[in-house]
This record gives sequence, structure tokens and C-alpha cells, in this order.
Amino acid sequence: MAIELKQSELGVRVCLTRGSFHLDVDFSVPPGISILFGPSGAGKSTLLDCIAGLTTPDEGRIAISNENLFDSATHLDLPIQSRHLGYLFQSPALFPHLTAQQNIEYGIAHLSNSDRATAISETLKLFRLENLASRKPAELSGGEAQRVALARSLVTKPRALLLDEPLSALDAGLKNSIIADLRAWNAEHEIPILYVTHDRAEVDALGERVITMDHGEIIQQGIPREVLDAPRHQRLAQIAGYENVLEGIVKEIRLDNGVMRVALQGTTTSIEVPLSYAKMGDSVRVAIRAGDILLALERPSGLSARNILYGTIESLEQRSATIICRVNSGAMFEVHVTLGAARDLDLQPGREVWLVLKTYSCHVVA
Amino acid sequence: MTELLLSFRLAFLVTAILLVLATPLAYWLAFSKFPAKFLIEAVVALPLVLPPTVLGFYLLVAMGPRGPLGRLWLALFGHTLAFTFTGLVIASVLYSLPFCVQPLVASFERLDPKLLAASHVLGANPVRTFRQVILPLSLPGVITAIVLTFAHTLGEFGVVLMVGGNLPGATRTVSISIYDHVQSIEYAAANQLALTLLAISFVLLALVYGLNRRVGVRWLSN
Repeated sequence: MAIELKQSELGVRVCLTRGSFHLDVDFSVPPGISILFGPSGAGKSTLLDCIAGLTTPDEGRIAISNENLFDSATHLDLPIQSRHLGYLFQSPALFPHLTAQQNIEYGIAHLSNSDRATAISETLKLFRLENLASRKPAELSGGEAQRVALARSLVTKPRALLLDEPLSALDAGLKNSIIADLRAWNAEHEIPILYVTHDRAEVDALGERVITMDHGEIIQQGIPREVLDAPRHQRLAQIAGYENVLEGIVKEIRLDNGVMRVALQGTTTSIEVPLSYAKMGDSVRVAIRAGDILLALERPSGLSARNILYGTIESLEQRSATIICRVNSGAMFEVHVTLGAARDLDLQPGREVWLVLKTYSCHVVA
Repeated sequence: MTELLLSFRLAFLVTAILLVLATPLAYWLAFSKFPAKFLIEAVVALPLVLPPTVLGFYLLVAMGPRGPLGRLWLALFGHTLAFTFTGLVIASVLYSLPFCVQPLVASFERLDPKLLAASHVLGANPVRTFRQVILPLSLPGVITAIVLTFAHTLGEFGVVLMVGGNLPGATRTVSISIYDHVQSIEYAAANQLALTLLAISFVLLALVYGLNRRVGVRWLSN
């Protein structure tokens, strides 16, 4: 993080060791939604706990607009209740003995009666909770409860909002409507929002900025499309759902066409991939989604796809409505096809097939 | 009936004192990360396993004219603690401590830590969190603690006999009195006291469990 933060910017530098787990991150995010993406156990929730004050880092600094919440250099560790943040967990964590409205009032008890009444009525209206105000949490559905929890956090006008997979238990429709509410609220208030998820679909739905984490470290950050669709790290490629990560050596660089050829380890063939930061003879890895590979029974012609590889099916495995097909082409490829396609092509182990790969489906990763 | 009144006065006082003392202790036992916490837990639970005579014996020695507590009391008030009502209250507080602390600890520990975290994040300090979240949600545990402490103090015998002796109006509780009557083969008088104690205890317990159920149902429905 920068030493000087901009207005409303959230800066986080945290080092923490718990047993064999190490968290070591340094980043800052401007107002707006930033996604913290990574597999379970990557340290995302621990990071949020550090920012909220529920966990104390071994070392580092956490600040909003240059106001420190935590600074190991000056032994500053603001208590949780003085940090003035919002934090939504996976469960709504509503107080079960209070009504929806009393829950929302909990964080603004210090306001005068009239200010509180105004804030409550505005919030109930904004989050469409007027009809639910007098209900106890046990009488709310999952989506309603999470909406109350969001309202309860936002009515306090927090300086930053932390969301730890708050929508993972909800269906897509509810999810989108709550996200829309959050966006509408933040268009006015413009605070940094850190949204933790391990769900690729949520990243696409929310995406302004994404920070990807694994093993307690930040792997990459940027715009979701750039970060996740063209991952530059093998670890990230695996997290983001790239089933095939193949080793290879750069054999040819064609600057004029913006492509290069990579000889795949174990094969006699090479494939054409987009140009990336590599020299002739460099070892590189190529990440390809299993769903981006086409299978053909005969060598296709007249295609724009530049990579056509010959192989033999080694095994087939059904996982819900998808057939996972392993093809040996010198290197092993995982290919996902639909049940219908597998039936129509009569895919069987031992069957000879052609793999078709678009150049832009092949991503060079470090 | 003075024995009965004495017993109830003792039980009431001990319960009130223990609620004040045991609540912060239970809070600490439930939420502290102090590594040697188990030692305190063991000390609190001691009266559960010790024969009342052992506890009574040490208390008697401590409260006597040569014991530290007795000497202090003698210097302050001109008499020792042994064989007085005050001495009985102190002994009963110690003896009933686990019956008050353990239900409280259990109900504090059962709370969802996310609720406490949510309260703090929303700006509530530990005191407000305790009053507005922990206590109301632990009400069944508090009621259990009150009932157990009250009933246990009402029925105690060994510690009372050791520390309080058998002075009418000062330390002769109902359980001692029943024992006395039986020793003197006054079965009718013993039965009268025993039956009264039985009836009152049952009504109290029934009331409390009925209340507890209603409270529980209100929050835990669904």
C-alpha cells in the first residue's frame, strides 16, 4: 500500500502466521466493489477479520483515507467497535431476539430519536423491508435475512464494507437483486467494498476489480476479464477453472501475427498461442479450459481454429450432465463434452479423435 | 417455621450474591483465551467432587479464631464467622459456586460467535454487547443457574452442619432441623417440614422450567 492514501481509499498491509498458515498481503482499493477471489483456505476470511479487528495481525498497517485502524509500528490497534466498518458474514448473524427493525437500529443507538427514525424509514424503503420490519429473524427467508443484515450494516454509514461470501447460499435471482441494491447504495456513498468469493460466476457479475489470492498471498490483481480470462500464473489458472495446464517450449515467435508456437512436452506437435512475454526457447505453461476444446472424429478442415491435434480417448467419466473425456495426444488433455455430444459421436475409450483448439483459448501462464 | 424461613433467606441471599459474582467469572471462563484457564475451571468445579465435610472442615478452620478469615472478622466486627448466619452465607456461596457458574458458561459458549462479532462491528462495546445480546440470548442458562443455585443451597446439609452448627434462628436450616427431628424420633414434625420443602421446591422448579420453555420457544422456533 502507498504511504499516502487517497480520500476513502482502503489500504491494507498484513503479515500473520498461524501454525503453518502465512498471510502476507499488501494492497489498496479505491471506493467501489473489489473482489477478493481465491479457493477456500486462501486466507480471504482471515484477511477480512484482520481489517475488521476480529483478528490481530502480527505486523502491518490498515488504514482508510490515511486514518490508521491498525499500525504495528506505533502499536495502534483500534478496537472493533471503534473502526466504523460494515461486515457481512456468510450467515446473516441477525440477533434472533430482536425484530428486523430493532436489528437495523442496533448500530445507530447513539443517534437522536428523530435522526434514528429518519435513517430507519429511509433504509427500510431502500431495501424494500417495510413489510418485514416487525418480523423476528426466524420468520425471514434466507434472502430476506441477508437483506436485513446488509441494511443493518449500511445504516451505520460505514467507512468500508467487508462481505464474506454473503450471497453464496442464495439463488441467482436473489443474489442479483441484493447486488443491485448494494450498487445503488454505493453509487451515493462511494466507500470501498471488499467482496470475498470463491465463485467464478460472482466475480463476473460484480466485477470492477479483482484481487486473486492463494496460500495467503495475492497472485494477481486487475480487471476481472483480464485477470481471470488470461491468467498469468499457473496457480491462478487452476483456481479460475483451467483444467489443462500444459508444459511447453517456445519454438517460434511471429510478432507480425501476434502469435507464437509452443512445442508441447511429450508430443511431436506444437500449438499456436497468443504472443506473450517469452523468448525463444523459454519454458512456458499453456492453460486451456476443458470446455474450450472441440472434439472431432475426422480431421476437420476449413476451420479458423489453428490447432488441430490427433489423440486417443483414454477414459470417460460422467459428472452430472458433463462427460469428462481424457485424451492422450502425447500430452494428456481433459475435454468436457455434453451427454448428447458424447452419445452422438459414440465416444469410447480407445477411440481416435481430433482435438481442436482456438489460438485465443490457449493462455500462456507463468 | 423459622427453620424454613431461614433456609429460604439463605438460599435467596446466596443466589443473589452468586449471580453478581458468577456472571463475570462465567464470562471470563467462556471467552478468555488465557492459557491456564483450565486451572480456574478446576477450582470452580471442586465443590462438585469434594465431600461437603471436606469443604466445611477447611471453611470452619479458616473462619475460626485462628483462621485468616476468622481473625479478620474478629478484628472488624468483634466476633468470628464460624457458627453465624454470615459464615453460613459465605460457605454456601463457595459450595454452590459451580452450580451457578457452569450453566452460565455453557450458555455463553453456545452463542454464535458471529453474533458477538456482529455486535462489536456495529459499534457496541463489550458491556453493551453483554447486556443487549449475550444476556438476553442466555436467559435460559441464567434461569437454570438461578434454579440450581437456589435449590442446591436450600438442600445443603454437610457444609451447614460443619460451619454453622445448629443454632435456632441463626444457623439451623430446614435440612438440619429435619435431621434433628428424625434423631429425636419426631417423625410427624420431620414429615411436616420435609413435605413443605418438597412442595415448595416442586412448585418453584415447575414454574421455572415452564418459563424457560416459553422463553426458549420464542427465539428458537423455526
